[in-house]
Amino acid sequence: MSGVWGAALRRELTLIWRAPADMVQPLFFFVVVVSLFPLGLSPKPALLALVAPGAIWVAALLAVMLSLDGLFRRDQESGALDQMLTSPVVSVVPVAAKLLAHWLLTGLPLALMAPLLGYMMQLPVAVLDTLMISVLLGTPTLTVVGAIGAALTVGLNRGGILLAVLVLPLYIPVLVFGAGVVRTAQDGLPTDGLLAVLGAILALALSLGPVAVALGLRISAGD
Amino acid sequence: MIITAPRLTVRRLSCERDDRMLFRDLSFSAGDGEIWQITGANGAGKTTLLRILVGLHGFYDGEVLWHQPLAPSLLYLGHQPGVREELSARENLRYSQALCGQGGDPDAALEAVGLYGFEDVPAGRLSAGQKRRIALARLWLDHKPVWVLDEPFTAIDQDGVARLDARLREAAAAGTLVLYTSHHQVGENARRLHLGAAGARP
Repeated sequence: MSGVWGAALRRELTLIWRAPADMVQPLFFFVVVVSLFPLGLSPKPALLALVAPGAIWVAALLAVMLSLDGLFRRDQESGALDQMLTSPVVSVVPVAAKLLAHWLLTGLPLALMAPLLGYMMQLPVAVLDTLMISVLLGTPTLTVVGAIGAALTVGLNRGGILLAVLVLPLYIPVLVFGAGVVRTAQDGLPTDGLLAVLGAILALALSLGPVAVALGLRISAGD
Repeated sequence: MIITAPRLTVRRLSCERDDRMLFRDLSFSAGDGEIWQITGANGAGKTTLLRILVGLHGFYDGEVLWHQPLAPSLLYLGHQPGVREELSARENLRYSQALCGQGGDPDAALEAVGLYGFEDVPAGRLSAGQKRRIALARLWLDHKPVWVLDEPFTAIDQDGVARLDARLREAAAAGTLVLYTSHHQVGENARRLHLGAAGARP
């Protein structure tokens, strides 16, 4: 089983690495959207600091969601998905490898970029580490939950809108707590409780999500 | 001919798609060492039948019974070859091997399908026939007792067809159950299953 895990992880990382546009696009989207806020709103530091947590989190959330639309598409079109579903391996293993690879090359760069954008948005320097931790805890949840939607819509030609409709309601708790943590830190209040909630949501997503994704793929292959 | 217990039994299998009956009351049993050729016009349901047999398609009436666990013994090549264009021939084959627990030397298998020298070329730069050969290379790896092949002869040149034909007969002689769709007949003893408008008849 560990051989399969290693082979699957290596394959997924190679696939994303050889098509770097898929990897760069979410990060580019994230940076561009957040950079447009000072231009569109006003460059006043007080105002920017006020909207920064929400703006950064909304941009991160949409960046992850847009990157997920094609998560399984090429595997489905090439027939690789059928190969996975008919193999003797429990599909959760390759699915989890895919999700991990996807997060490492899209979610993690977002988390690393977030403090820089926070600084640009005039967030106090003391808050930047909280911002990064919140994005670090939140993006894996977004990836896993979004992948459930991507798995269910992979057979449809235009799944993009349907994916958003399916997934966005489930993203709201992550958005509320993610942006909330940063705002709480801005007010100088303790953030441990809210970070723990984000962590709990992540634990739930990690434990049940890959199974749901694997089942979703099986349903999509069914007809 | 040795009579063996059947590996696969299909009873009264019917499948409807888009309000159209693809096949109705299909019954047959297939045993080890047999070659089954599934024929029929375009849209007759050949691919759907194979997908039902390997457990990918769940909307049907009737019964499909594998007498031994299917997943560890199955080698399934679908309508799409399952080859990712970003990966090289060897990487694609290695991953299939890891996924399906199929041992064997990937380079020797690629050589057997005529891809010697193309092992490290990304599959996206190969032709359609060569891509299919990457998938077909799995037939030259370690033994799997059940082969389900959807149009294996498509996009393969004359020489390749002859080699594949020989390989299918060799595998059947060694006890593999081969089910495939194609208009190419393999050997004299291949059984034919024709899917048609008048209903399927073995």
